[in-house]
Amino acid sequence: MQSIVTISNLSKTYEGGFQALKNVSLDIQQGEILALLGPNGAGKTTLISIICGIVNATSGSVMVDGYDNTQDYLITRECIGLVPQELTLGAFEKIWDSMCFSRGLFGKKHDSAYIEKILKDLSLWDKKDAIIMSLSGGMKRRLLIAKALVHEPKILFLDEPTAGVDVELRKDMWVLVERLRESGVTIILTTHYIEEAEAIADRVGVINNGELLLVDEKDALMHKLGKRQLVIELDRPFESTKRFDNYNLELSEDGFAITYTYDPLKDNNGIDGLIKSVQETGLKIIDMHSIKTSLEEIFVNLVKGENSQ
Amino acid sequence: MNIHAIRVIYKYEMKRAFNTIGQSFASPILSTVLYFVVFGSAIGSRIDNIHGISYGYFIVPGLMMLAILTQSLSNASFGIFFPRFTGQIFEILSAPVTTFEIVVGYVGAAATKSLIIGLLILITANFFVEIHIAHPLWMVLFLLLTCMSFSLLGFIIGLWAKDFEKLQIVPLLVITPLVFLGGTFYSIDMLPPAWQTVSWFNPVVYLVSGFRWSFFEVSDVNIWLSLMMISVFMLICLSIAWWMIRTGYRLKQ
Ligand SMILES: Nc1ncnc2c1ncn2[C@@H]1O[C@H](COP(=O)(O)OP(=O)(O)OP(=O)(O)O)[C@@H](O)[C@H]1O
Ligand SMILES: [Mg+2]
Repeated sequence: MQSIVTISNLSKTYEGGFQALKNVSLDIQQGEILALLGPNGAGKTTLISIICGIVNATSGSVMVDGYDNTQDYLITRECIGLVPQELTLGAFEKIWDSMCFSRGLFGKKHDSAYIEKILKDLSLWDKKDAIIMSLSGGMKRRLLIAKALVHEPKILFLDEPTAGVDVELRKDMWVLVERLRESGVTIILTTHYIEEAEAIADRVGVINNGELLLVDEKDALMHKLGKRQLVIELDRPFESTKRFDNYNLELSEDGFAITYTYDPLKDNNGIDGLIKSVQETGLKIIDMHSIKTSLEEIFVNLVKGENSQ
Repeated sequence: MNIHAIRVIYKYEMKRAFNTIGQSFASPILSTVLYFVVFGSAIGSRIDNIHGISYGYFIVPGLMMLAILTQSLSNASFGIFFPRFTGQIFEILSAPVTTFEIVVGYVGAAATKSLIIGLLILITANFFVEIHIAHPLWMVLFLLLTCMSFSLLGFIIGLWAKDFEKLQIVPLLVITPLVFLGGTFYSIDMLPPAWQTVSWFNPVVYLVSGFRWSFFEVSDVNIWLSLMMISVFMLICLSIAWWMIRTGYRLKQ
């Protein structure tokens, strides 16, 4: 894979002296979907804003498709589309005009058919003559996406695209992102919804306190840091004996449930033996379920670990 | 050059003016008509001719300037301040547009609006006094230079202002006095000597004087000096606007 955006040693200190990014280096691969996760104030928006030319970096560099984003900004910006986090739109403009404006601004010739296609893709076609003010929040968010796509960018930055968007629409958005990726667009999105990263990202980057903690393939990350737990509920409180020692069981407070943590990738994961042993003690198994550690927990653990250091 | 970008910015700004036609065009014209009625007709009838020109006629160029100056400032400053205020400016900042294209788009539109207003006032004035322009080309030149340089100044104010109050304060506290003391309603030689001296530091004097010369061939200042002063003023504004956008002053963190 070829990298399309190369971020090297990027730092940003805001006017008041607050350092929002600390020496961040990151390669974004052509055609991938990269999700940036991080708590509020981690520096996600700052990072994206610097790449797009909205915020000046304090030090470090950003190369887009081989061009420096400050020296050759006319070239780099042309291939980037940005959906900002805030709903920053006009009020009295018509949707259609707003789309034409965005396309022209990026130096593209007016193209009614293309604008129509984008608006239809984002279910905004029937609103094309409405003024922006009359749109709902979710519609505004979609309009921002439509505006970012209307100049046919190769790289799309989505800063929390699904904040304030209902579940159904969020799924639609994922489909759209997937379709864009298929057409060759590289997508970088930030999100607080880890399920979102889990659902659509190829790679996940975790940012906290202005530092990039890690970037990895999503699957590899879940593999490396993910684990599974089996919860067994019983009819009577469990009493541990020696034979259960190497299972490292966790007992619930009332003793009615035990939790076994195992590696799902190992052939001999011990579940079979555990269940037999439990039954042999005469206890009756009432219910059983397994829990998969989500990216969420991985993320929370990472950030927690980082903060306590 | 990103012609498409200039076109859409220009179009957007012009559209804004025509959507609010009352505020954009009707109100400056109405206030100018009021000046004509009050100063030109009511008071002017009791004032002697100035340099052989009736007072009502004498104030026409000054009134045009007054309207153009204030309109250029408010149009251009609002045009760039508002997207900064709403955050919409991110789109301009992230687009492949040069400083030149941004300035041409915004300032060009504001200057066009002022030009339209200026011409509408000239037409309106025609109903009150008979207009005869001695040097139409000079008049157009001064008109254009004024529209452009004050739209540039407005643009600078719009970039500089952090809130609505600051946006208003410069036009109100600085520009309005300069315009009123700039010979809009009188000839500088009607002032006491001390005030005449002060007036030479007022850039608006050169504007009004030059513009008036193109109408009546009478002026307080030599026409070439006027031309030079307004050109210098425009260059200064251009440099400042240029620098502000280049460095992202108050636009980028
Ligand atoms: N214009 C600014 N001036 C000063 N500090 C700023 C500015 N913008 C952001 N910051 C600070 O930089 C830090 C990172 O902000 P940023 O917006 O990049 O976070 P984020 O990861 O996008 O957070 P969120 O998930 O809440 O959107 C925050 O502590 C914020 O207060
Ligand atoms: Mg953010």
